[in-house]
Amino acid sequence: MFPSLLLVLLIGVAAWAGTVAGGAVLFGVVLPYAAFAVFFAGMVWRMFYWAKSPVPFCIPTTGGQERSLPFIKQNAVDCPSSTGGVVVRMMLEVLLFRSLFRNTQAEVCSSRAGGVRSTYYSSKWLWVFALVFHYCFLLIFIRHFRFFVEPVPACVTFAESLDGIMQIGAPRLFLTGGCILVALCFLLGRRLFNERLRYISLFNDYFPLWLLIGIVGTGICLRYFDKCEIALVKIFVMGLTQFSPAPAAGINTLFFVHITLVSTLLLYFPFSKLTHMVGVFFSPTRNMPNNSRMARHINPWNPPKQYFTYAEYEDTYRDAMAEAGLPLDKQPDKAAE
Amino acid sequence: MYNAKAVIFGILIFVGLCASPFWASFIGRDYKSTDIVLPKNEKNCIEDADFMRSQHMRLLNEWRDEALRNENRVYTALDGKKWVISLQNTCLKCHNSYEDFCQKCHVANSVYPYCWTCHIIPKGGK
Repeated sequence: MFPSLLLVLLIGVAAWAGTVAGGAVLFGVVLPYAAFAVFFAGMVWRMFYWAKSPVPFCIPTTGGQERSLPFIKQNAVDCPSSTGGVVVRMMLEVLLFRSLFRNTQAEVCSSRAGGVRSTYYSSKWLWVFALVFHYCFLLIFIRHFRFFVEPVPACVTFAESLDGIMQIGAPRLFLTGGCILVALCFLLGRRLFNERLRYISLFNDYFPLWLLIGIVGTGICLRYFDKCEIALVKIFVMGLTQFSPAPAAGINTLFFVHITLVSTLLLYFPFSKLTHMVGVFFSPTRNMPNNSRMARHINPWNPPKQYFTYAEYEDTYRDAMAEAGLPLDKQPDKAAE
Repeated sequence: MYNAKAVIFGILIFVGLCASPFWASFIGRDYKSTDIVLPKNEKNCIEDADFMRSQHMRLLNEWRDEALRNENRVYTALDGKKWVISLQNTCLKCHNSYEDFCQKCHVANSVYPYCWTCHIIPKGGK
């Protein structure tokens, strides 16, 4: 946990020091472009790599009655047998995290008869906070389009008005900023305070969490505490997106720390577990219909079969077979015609 | 490549979504400067320009609380000068046009505070 926290802090401090030392162009222009290029190429490469990987078996995960006899009701969502069913299940999985909803927690407790026994019970907190985190992230991403587009689209303004519906303070408090921080703290705390999870947690589990906390933290700081003149930020950001970078003079140093951390996330994305963003669509356990009793799944790396049909067999050995008096489909005199 | 049609369709969607900040910025207008019109008859605001640019919302919030909740109508600036706490009579005396001043940054950056549910929008000389 500490190395990943240290690394995020180090990146932040480096960005701060570098910007103060006059490297605003490096951290605000060169790094974001490079990070975006790596993210883009990396993710497309990943998708091609996965698309090229053969799936030897029909292995969808199922969570209900498969399609069977007409009087047995199929669970079409949890055990789809057609492409349409797979699409529905995939959409529900991506939008609602249904498989995470089935999350269970195992615990060892003492039984009434004396001794210990293990119990499994439904655990929904991970699902709740995962959902909160992902939807807050989406809304925050949409909200940031006010810095990319002029004039600001009505849907972005609407998202902002929903987000700031409580009208607390000035600038108005955006609820997603707080919610995503709470959700991230839960996701981090889960790894820290559950000893079994802590045992299996690695650097690449903690690093994205600290990085996201860093990004959200600097973003909140820029909005509510350390302040940044957003008219200048919009001019600067639109310079980036229109490929004609604007001067960075007058923009708060913390803004460049924010940008650097986002760039780090983009750089890290294609090489980490965060690729589950596109990976979920390539999971054979999720993108295959459970139709193994209707359609034969051919293993793509099977070598081509050498067939030797009976007709060919008879053609080859007809004379010998006739000599031995074996029954033939075509007699030698007929076959010669 | 397996399922080539679906995969290429998916990659196109991914590329379109991820590049959205870039193509979206080309759809609209350019935004190279705020084109703000500063008051002609006054050179200094309540605090210096940097402070006003980044902290004016905080100042206005404090002013509202001071004036309406604490009945304190005097604000002492960092340079010691005393100001009457009033949006209508102090701020809008110089910044007398919403269209030339407030709107220039606020509309472009989609910031819509609820000043004008109580106060009258200044329309300049008109």
